[in-house]
Amino acid sequence: MSAIVETRGLTREFTVRDGRRRRRLTAVDDLTVRVEPGEAVGYIGANGAGKSTTIKMLTGILVPTSGTVTTCGLRPVKDRRRLARQVGVVFGQRSQLWWDLPVRESFRILAAIHALPAATERARTAELVDRLEMADFLTTPVRQLSLGQRMRAEVAAALLHAPRLVILDEPTIGLDVLSKQRLREFLIAERRTHGTTLLLTTHDMGDVQRLCDRVLIIDHGRLAYDGDLVGLGRATGAERVLVVDLVGPSPDLTGIPAARHLSSEAHGLRQRLSFDAEATTAARVFAAVAERVEVLDFTVEEPDIEDVVRRIYAARR
Amino acid sequence: MIFLRRSGGPRPGVTDELALRVRLRPYRAVLASRARSQASYRANFALDLVSSFLAALVELAEVWVLFHAVTRLGGLEFHQILLVFGLADLAFSLADLAVGHCDNLPTYLRAGTLDVFYLRPQPLLLQLATSDITLRRLARASVGLVALIAGLAVNDIAWGVGAVALLVVALASGCATFAAMFVWAGALQFFLIDGAEMTNAFVYGGRYAATQPASVWSRPLKAVFGFFFPMAFAGFLPTLRLLDLPAPAWLPTWLGWCGPLAALWAWAMALLCWHWGVRHYRGGGG
Repeated sequence: MSAIVETRGLTREFTVRDGRRRRRLTAVDDLTVRVEPGEAVGYIGANGAGKSTTIKMLTGILVPTSGTVTTCGLRPVKDRRRLARQVGVVFGQRSQLWWDLPVRESFRILAAIHALPAATERARTAELVDRLEMADFLTTPVRQLSLGQRMRAEVAAALLHAPRLVILDEPTIGLDVLSKQRLREFLIAERRTHGTTLLLTTHDMGDVQRLCDRVLIIDHGRLAYDGDLVGLGRATGAERVLVVDLVGPSPDLTGIPAARHLSSEAHGLRQRLSFDAEATTAARVFAAVAERVEVLDFTVEEPDIEDVVRRIYAARR
Repeated sequence: MIFLRRSGGPRPGVTDELALRVRLRPYRAVLASRARSQASYRANFALDLVSSFLAALVELAEVWVLFHAVTRLGGLEFHQILLVFGLADLAFSLADLAVGHCDNLPTYLRAGTLDVFYLRPQPLLLQLATSDITLRRLARASVGLVALIAGLAVNDIAWGVGAVALLVVALASGCATFAAMFVWAGALQFFLIDGAEMTNAFVYGGRYAATQPASVWSRPLKAVFGFFFPMAFAGFLPTLRLLDLPAPAWLPTWLGWCGPLAALWAWAMALLCWHWGVRHYRGGGG
């Protein structure tokens, strides 16, 4: 099957005026990536790392300075209008809804814009309203919606024409925990039922952990990492942490094979041990701990991805 | 049987019409909803109508006041100027009603909403032009229409097919020319930061110039609004022709028929600028 996104040496430079002098700024630098249909990719990087510029080139808004890009097998700039029928984009910051119209009316216009047949429009709207739980505010003008409601309406608007590729730019920014959770569940379901490809930029590592099976990290326009989350932890040497709650106070649990004692709380009632996921397993570390003391409860903490990204950045400099 | 099969088959005219309707559906949906939402705030809408009606009336009054001081302006008398004003103002108001909100482009650029247009399967310019309609401008158009009707009534016109055709041609091409001006002004916003002031000087200055006899314009104005932005073709030149008035030495009266050429020229310039603007926005290439 052909790739849904394919870039080769994709580069975009900007001329910025710095007082009187002009200087060239490379926003995206020699980016070569291939995304297969059905993948869910997290596109991560600091502010100004080049995420939005990449998205704009993928959707035909910006012309690359050099390199090539194909999206859904089309050339984004040349075939923009055909591509628009296959891609849905959610910008966290800018709306595609009509602020003074009820949500339902906005959907109706978008259906006309994408030339959906009446039956398809009805079925798809019903599906989205149901899955995103929008029935309560369908007749409310967009400007009166809460942020969480508006975001759900935005996502529905971008997905109304059932695009093959959905690009989400900071979809959960500013949302409360419940709204985030709902949105993530919806995206997971959408992907499962329609085989939609997801590409999302985010600052929220929860989004990446829940939604993505692949991570691209971009730093100063360059691809710094391409792989899965586990591999990312490995690549940066981030360790998993076993937290144990013990029945009684006990001395620090040092000397467990392939594990390191990090800290003890409340006279050793709760202790934290880090271990390298490559060298041992959580079960083995736990078994070694259980041999020495009586364990009441335990959890395993995954490496914090923000920390991992920071490490990747640090290692590259 | 054969007859039945024939009549049941797709007729090319019908399928063309259907395809066109499907094509126009997006624009119709947007415009209808914009119109509905404006009309739904009744009191607000009524106030809007009244205020733009008054504004247009003041502009007409300006011309009238002017004729208290002089009896002739650029070789034309008040009742003749009324025709120039009516033709040009109606053409301008209709263009303003249809594409005047191209002024909004700077707002769209700043807010990034233009990117949203890129994500829809219609041409950008058509999306922008049909993204809104400002119904209160109907009030302004009504003043132009009344001035035109009055102008036609009080002047001595040799009515015939030629006169009617000239009127229609002048009005349609004047409207197209003004619409091109709006597109041109919008396109320049891609390059200019806060450039609306500058382009407005030409758009609204052009409107004002068009409602005056071109014979009173200074030489630079003649160059700018006579030919570069062909405003004289909207009101002045067709009026000369319609009333069979003596034209200034530098103008042959058959120019009154050349509105369509002027419109074509204006649109060529507008589309070229638009194309450049979009290229600039996208950052070259494509």
